[in-house]
Amino acid sequence: MTEPLDHDITRRGLLMGAAGLAGLAGAGGAFPAWARSGTPGLAPSAGVLSGEAIALTVGESHFSTGGRSAHAVTVNGTLPAPLIRLKEGQNVRIAVTNRLKEDTSIHWHGLIVPFQMDGVPGVSFPGIRPGETFTYDFPVRQSGTYWYHSHSGMQEAIGHYGPIVIDPAAPDPVQATREHVIVLSDWSPIHPHMLLRRLKQNGGYFNMQRQTLAGLLAGRDQGIRERLQWGAMRMDPTDISDVTGSTYSFLVNGHGTAENWTGLFTPGERVRLRIINASAMTNFNVRLPGLPMTVVQCDGQDVQPVETDEFQIGIAETYDVVVQPPEAQAYALIAEAIDRSGQVRATLAPRIGMAAQEPPLRARPLLGMKDMGMDMTGMDHGDMAGHAMKMRDPSVAPQVAMGPGVATLSPMPADRTAARPTGLEHESHRVLTYADLKALTPNKDQRQPSRTLDIHLTANMERYMWSFDGVKLSDGTAPIAFRHMERVRVNLINDTMMPHPIHLHGHFFELVTGAGAHNPRKHTVNVLPGGKVSFDLTADALGDWAFHCHMLLHMHSGMMRVVTVRHEGEGA
Amino acid sequence: MKTLAAAAMLALAPLPAMAQDHQHMDHGAMPPADPHAGHEAAGEDHSTHQQHDAAATPAPDPHAAHARPMPGAAIPQGTAPPPPADHAADAFYDPAAMARARDLMRRENGGMTFSRWMLDRLEYRTVRGADGYHWEGEGWIGGDINRLAVKTEGEGDLGGPLESAEIQALFSRAIGPWFNLEAGVRHDIRPRPQRSYAVIGIDGLAPYFFEVSAQAFLSDMGDAHLRLEGSYDQRITQRLILQPAAEANIAAQDVPELGIGSGLSDIELGLRLRYELAREFAPYVGVNWERKLGGTARLARAAGEDASVTSFVAGLRFWF
Repeated sequence: MTEPLDHDITRRGLLMGAAGLAGLAGAGGAFPAWARSGTPGLAPSAGVLSGEAIALTVGESHFSTGGRSAHAVTVNGTLPAPLIRLKEGQNVRIAVTNRLKEDTSIHWHGLIVPFQMDGVPGVSFPGIRPGETFTYDFPVRQSGTYWYHSHSGMQEAIGHYGPIVIDPAAPDPVQATREHVIVLSDWSPIHPHMLLRRLKQNGGYFNMQRQTLAGLLAGRDQGIRERLQWGAMRMDPTDISDVTGSTYSFLVNGHGTAENWTGLFTPGERVRLRIINASAMTNFNVRLPGLPMTVVQCDGQDVQPVETDEFQIGIAETYDVVVQPPEAQAYALIAEAIDRSGQVRATLAPRIGMAAQEPPLRARPLLGMKDMGMDMTGMDHGDMAGHAMKMRDPSVAPQVAMGPGVATLSPMPADRTAARPTGLEHESHRVLTYADLKALTPNKDQRQPSRTLDIHLTANMERYMWSFDGVKLSDGTAPIAFRHMERVRVNLINDTMMPHPIHLHGHFFELVTGAGAHNPRKHTVNVLPGGKVSFDLTADALGDWAFHCHMLLHMHSGMMRVVTVRHEGEGA
Repeated sequence: MKTLAAAAMLALAPLPAMAQDHQHMDHGAMPPADPHAGHEAAGEDHSTHQQHDAAATPAPDPHAAHARPMPGAAIPQGTAPPPPADHAADAFYDPAAMARARDLMRRENGGMTFSRWMLDRLEYRTVRGADGYHWEGEGWIGGDINRLAVKTEGEGDLGGPLESAEIQALFSRAIGPWFNLEAGVRHDIRPRPQRSYAVIGIDGLAPYFFEVSAQAFLSDMGDAHLRLEGSYDQRITQRLILQPAAEANIAAQDVPELGIGSGLSDIELGLRLRYELAREFAPYVGVNWERKLGGTARLARAAGEDASVTSFVAGLRFWF
């Protein structure tokens, strides 16, 4: 299972040395202590920022991984940014100084803060101009695993993200003797503006796993008949991720596979992994081969412990799992891009210098009828071409502004919260679904929602246009308004063939999964292709909030809205 | 630090109604409703607030126990409140700074300008007799819906004069998910006499991923033409792509000075095999067959040219 990796350590040393030289121009390749390979875990917590007054500086850096390097935007010179560890019930003042030549900001993802401290330029505050310091000041009213990132430009894609851990005021229901923070991310030496430009120029630019004639002749993927049916609809069943491993390196705490981030453990102890997907564009499948995981928290909210072997983590979601490695051997932590274009291996080991074996990438999945929003239950599967005409029937979504930005509408979107996510349908081991998540404590507001709100997630993948209800933020949209304290059933209907991690700022909502008072509370929900998700929202946070797809390039293509919560009668 | 000062000032001064409420409202981490969490942390008297909150929160539904969401229970459509005309953050920060940030946010999230400049074909043609060259390219700049587009194509014999060269400047507008309507002008530098045309066309992606376009031209001399084009990218591997392409030109009348006879004047079929070293940089080889027809063929023969030309081509496709 394990092999000595002395050469890798040497290599790492060399990289660090090189980074030290680069550090003359900026703090290149620096890691905060908790993210360093071979960390014993969060306690003792050297390099962790705590207390009532915290100072962060956003600046230019250089970052290298896997032999490639590029410009980065970092916080306090490290990628990922420093861990902020707070205590429920305290107050915190976080002074953020901008050393960039452009505006910056920090959004506290999942933290319940006054809206004017939420850190979204143009919604919650004006942003932080170059050379300025802005002090965020808010009470800490919750506990759990969260993260923070820039909401300015595309800085989040080039390093401006870090973890937040908040310890509960009461004893933690999760018992663990050791814990590690696992920040997953994607990193490309190509600037994210260029990534978006390439996708606007050619929607399939980064997909190097398309169906080919060679594949057809070799009997791979779809047969000829199915290919023709999909072609008739101008749809590509391999269009799973926009930006892929063809340009991305995937990182655990800033380390690629070669750099082998290692977290230490003592055999038999309970190790809590606080897993955060801080990627710009990558949903991951996470597993530790040979080691079952007990999921204890999701999006910072405690859930009833549930054991699984693998889960898919949408961008901006967090999952806390407890593992109990029985043997003094190396265990792999695998985060695999859902389109299987790449993965990253990190290691849990009893001592530094071990590297777990990396399993080969699994076969790239193909999208199917369910991903088109065609629930084929009880229908003739053979007659797909006949349905081609129904893939854009405006009568199924009268609220959607039909235009070039809406290529398809899901004719029969299914609630897929109990379904395994894309690509994991046929795994032989256990796979977590949203329906497996049950809040540890009952939700406090159990009122029946007084109204419903449908929001369609719409796109034209060919033109690389993304929107809600067919309208981009830049089209001059009115905010989505809620009355203060009203309870609303929100239905997110995915009319595209890609999963969308949808994030509502300033609130937690309860996913409607059938667990009643124990429906899981979340800040970000990944809506599977062609599927729908319902959540109940108590609009308890007055102010204006951002609401968007957390695929950074989808948001920057317009898949965003302002949500506003006001007292009844305050609207114009 | 103007913003900081503003925030500090607002924190001390009597706040706008909304900001006030914000401090009293429920921000419990476990959502709704422990309205006291924040107050307790601040050391306030719990019991008085309980009364206060009981009065302030919406009247509890007497049937609450029956009204619990049940699987399949119908939830009324209800009505959304009207969106407010103001912006919440303007109460805390300089409204001018907020307006600037809002503008930037709108432009950055869906309103950016992009462009693509492509030489689809830049090729060397080996023909019986004289070898030649040929180019075909197009570019666009703009947003998702409205774009300025240019198209150009031309050819000539190696060492000989430029035979034909045209350039089009078009306004292109997306008229559906798959097609763009385009209108503008075309100018032919060669052959002489130079001609200018008004252009209207449609360009896009047909079912089965066929790239197609149709353009109608009306010249300053009053002659009308139609050009139809189509191509298909057959991926053999992820980088090796076979592209069959076809073009047909139709004229509404004879234009003898340009060697064009009325009706279907010429067709062109090509087959190009390219290797995408990068998506935007691909050398290729192929074969191209052109056939002049009808009156056009007669005029060509009269000028001592072949009506049919087959050439082997090698070239480069690149874009940025």
